[in-house]
Amino acid sequence: MPNTADWLTQLAGVPLPGRSQEEWRFTGLAALEALAPELWSGVDPFAQLSLPAGISRIGADQVQGLQQQVLKATGGSDAWSVRLNQGASPRCLALRVAGAADPLQLHFDAGAAPGLLALQLVLVLEEGASLDLLIQHGSSGPNATSLVAVVQLGRGAQLNLGLLAPGDASASLLSHLSISQAPASSLQLTTAVGGWALSRLEPCISQLDGAAQTRLRALQLVDGQELADTHSQVRFEGPDGQLDQLHKVVADGAGRSVFNGAVRVPRSAQQTNAAQLSRSLLLSDRARVDTKPELEIVADDVKCAHGATISRLQQNELFYLQSRGIGAEQASRLLLRGYCEEVLRELPAAAAALNPLKLLLREHP
Amino acid sequence: MIRPDAPVLLEICDLHARVEEQPILKGVNLTIRAGEIHAVMGRNGSGKSTLSKVLAGHPAYTVTAGSVSYMGADLLELAPEQRSRLGLFLGFQYPVEIPGVSNLEFLRVSTNARRAQRGEEELDTFAFEDLVRERLKVVQMDPAFLDRSVNEGFSGGEKKRNEILQMALLEPLVAILDETDSGLDIDALRIVADGVNQLAGPDNATLLITHYQRLLDLITPDYVHVMAAGRILRTGGKELALELERTGYEWVDQELTSLGREPAEVL
Repeated sequence: MPNTADWLTQLAGVPLPGRSQEEWRFTGLAALEALAPELWSGVDPFAQLSLPAGISRIGADQVQGLQQQVLKATGGSDAWSVRLNQGASPRCLALRVAGAADPLQLHFDAGAAPGLLALQLVLVLEEGASLDLLIQHGSSGPNATSLVAVVQLGRGAQLNLGLLAPGDASASLLSHLSISQAPASSLQLTTAVGGWALSRLEPCISQLDGAAQTRLRALQLVDGQELADTHSQVRFEGPDGQLDQLHKVVADGAGRSVFNGAVRVPRSAQQTNAAQLSRSLLLSDRARVDTKPELEIVADDVKCAHGATISRLQQNELFYLQSRGIGAEQASRLLLRGYCEEVLRELPAAAAALNPLKLLLREHP
Repeated sequence: MIRPDAPVLLEICDLHARVEEQPILKGVNLTIRAGEIHAVMGRNGSGKSTLSKVLAGHPAYTVTAGSVSYMGADLLELAPEQRSRLGLFLGFQYPVEIPGVSNLEFLRVSTNARRAQRGEEELDTFAFEDLVRERLKVVQMDPAFLDRSVNEGFSGGEKKRNEILQMALLEPLVAILDETDSGLDIDALRIVADGVNQLAGPDNATLLITHYQRLLDLITPDYVHVMAAGRILRTGGKELALELERTGYEWVDQELTSLGREPAEVL
């Protein structure tokens, strides 16, 4: 059996990223290297999929061209996670949406089977199309899921994309989401991730000619020895683009959370209005949070706000609840739930039935 | 309503407290019996709000001397949640916003904590909705506020109504209302005062902490206490508040000077 690091290097065609690379400075890949060096061999999660009205499959001949087009626009082509995915015989689902489609749910559960599961999703929303899509990840064993989703939003298209990923302490998740937006399109991306040995989310969004709306909401939870990393990037390639980004973290145990939020505003992107807020809740002395905004602004007539807070539970909020007869422990739990709920309530409607709070919080009895 | 034979609900003796290293309360004495409405007035920094927070058990304040007996129990030994369950209520000057926590759920958990303490059955979601809708009338509050996060995005008046709604649900024995009138326009003030008057009865007591006479035009106190430099300097009936309104607090400085304290200490 080959060494896992060598095997992964062979799949990606380049060496494993190391701490000397800025993109991976805080994110060690030990959890991936502990994987059995084999491809996951469970049942194809795309096999039995029935598509709601308004959604059709895209012919295999068009898939590669679409992928390249979007990855080039977002700069995702060179991402290590994309290269690894492409080398790991990915199973691919390519869909086209016209008009207002019914909500779609995709569930990728790697289960207990070992190895690396590679999935590709290609999604095209035609001009004026709209879709609510909830992607659910899961695992219960020593495996890794690699998802590369490539999304193209036509003019005026509206996508409400949710990623709900409660994990397993022996499993990893690598999720690269490259999304290109035509003018007047609107994207809401809500991600909720927790419980993985290693998770790495890479939302890479490009507003091709500006004048689009991007709303990002993220919640990432770490506990135990878990490591969760989000590297987001939003590029404005034209004027009048909007971004509203909130990234929330709950770090407990000896968990480690990493957030890097890149926003690129070149000279052509005048009148961009972007706001990014990173909020981290530290629940333990051993947990660690690294958070970094990365604003690259060349245009001179723009609004780009950013902020970061790292705190414990607010004492004034705790006292308020206690003064209403709610015990300290229950009050902490309520506050924590409320903190998470602010993001979770923005997931597509189908998520509510899954009780995302319960899936992610693993509340202590 | 003053009845000398009414049971004593709260008895504060020589209470001293500090925040960080700063002594704020320097010997407060106050006895509150069932049926009574007390008003504590005084300038900013006189210790009024500190008194309310110490009584509710705020962790930032340390009691350094004195005692507080509540219904015969040592209040200072009880955790804040225990004080609430036993019927002590603090209406906050600045009610706290808690994003993501539903106001309805908060009110239900809180009400059930008090009910459990009283040996009453806890209310499920449906039974509680009935109760809360009835109590909303006390403060003429729009039911839409139940579906929002606790105090989040509420105006000043809505926050104070939400406080009185909590009071209506918890049915406290001693309600301390810390500057409930601050930030209210005249209509909101009237609604809040009406709510307090509806809830005041022969078996409970109210402690109003306020700067202004205008609240006391609407809620008639049995006793008015003037606080300065961390203690109660003078106690009288409702006419004392009117006198303060007329003459201001200058006599307080003179009285403090005659007691050998610097007026500067007031601030």
